[in-house]
Amino acid sequence: MEAGVLAEAAAMPWRRRASQRSLAREGRIWTLWSVALVVTFGLPAALLIWIQPLAFPVSAIFVGHAIAVLHLQARRGARGVKPIGGPESPEDRRALGLLGDLVAHDERDLLAQTGLALEPGRLGAWLVGQEGAILVRPGGHRVHCFCVRVGEAGDLPPGDRVAHLLLALREDEQGFATVANRNFSGATWRLRLELGSRSRPALRNARAYARV
Amino acid sequence: MSRLIRLDRTGHTELASWTAEDAGAQRAAIEAFRRELDEGMLASATLANGSAEVVRELPLDAELVVLRRPIAGG
Repeated sequence: MEAGVLAEAAAMPWRRRASQRSLAREGRIWTLWSVALVVTFGLPAALLIWIQPLAFPVSAIFVGHAIAVLHLQARRGARGVKPIGGPESPEDRRALGLLGDLVAHDERDLLAQTGLALEPGRLGAWLVGQEGAILVRPGGHRVHCFCVRVGEAGDLPPGDRVAHLLLALREDEQGFATVANRNFSGATWRLRLELGSRSRPALRNARAYARV
Repeated sequence: MSRLIRLDRTGHTELASWTAEDAGAQRAAIEAFRRELDEGMLASATLANGSAEVVRELPLDAELVVLRRPIAGG
């Protein structure tokens, strides 16, 4: 195994290693897909109104369908990350204690407040949850959402699940993005609309990091 | 004092701790480390700059070495 390469990424040689370039390309594909969706439903809606203005309700259904699909995509990204809840057992508190030791002081406060661990990286600023991660790209305008989890996490406290992902991310950021499955990429504001109110400050902070 | 920790159902378990002067504790830590790796755990040494490094041999100069399970795409 190559030094510094995440073992899990090395075990997937068929998957192209994530990079600045591959993430930018994926972002463009998601944008094109979103535009295609709006055009596919928006164009017939506009045409229908032009032909028969009384068909406005049907056009509204067309446009509403496109908007709903766009929202559903962003919601999938927002729900995948799964923040840590309040500790319910001594094991939870013990796991949170170690996780708190792993993150820096400011990030520790944010973790307690939002349940997400903020980790600045070369690809952008990451927010790590129990079963996923959000990457805010440099500039802060675009996010990528990933589904990634501990392989056998059944008995692990929530804090430990985040610690696993955080360590893997620190070991090899590109490898982490390679192993993780994408479930959304789009404008940061689209994800913010779908995030729970508790998680939004984490996204705001990650965006601030990504803008620097 | 350096520590070897495993993330598990209890939150975490300290498997070994050692100092530069204590050769016996170092040997015990190395044995515990190898045993965990044989069982499929992955080891991560936390570096001074806050990043982490995958390790296959126990770095005796590291302050904290954490053993974790493999991750996978969801």
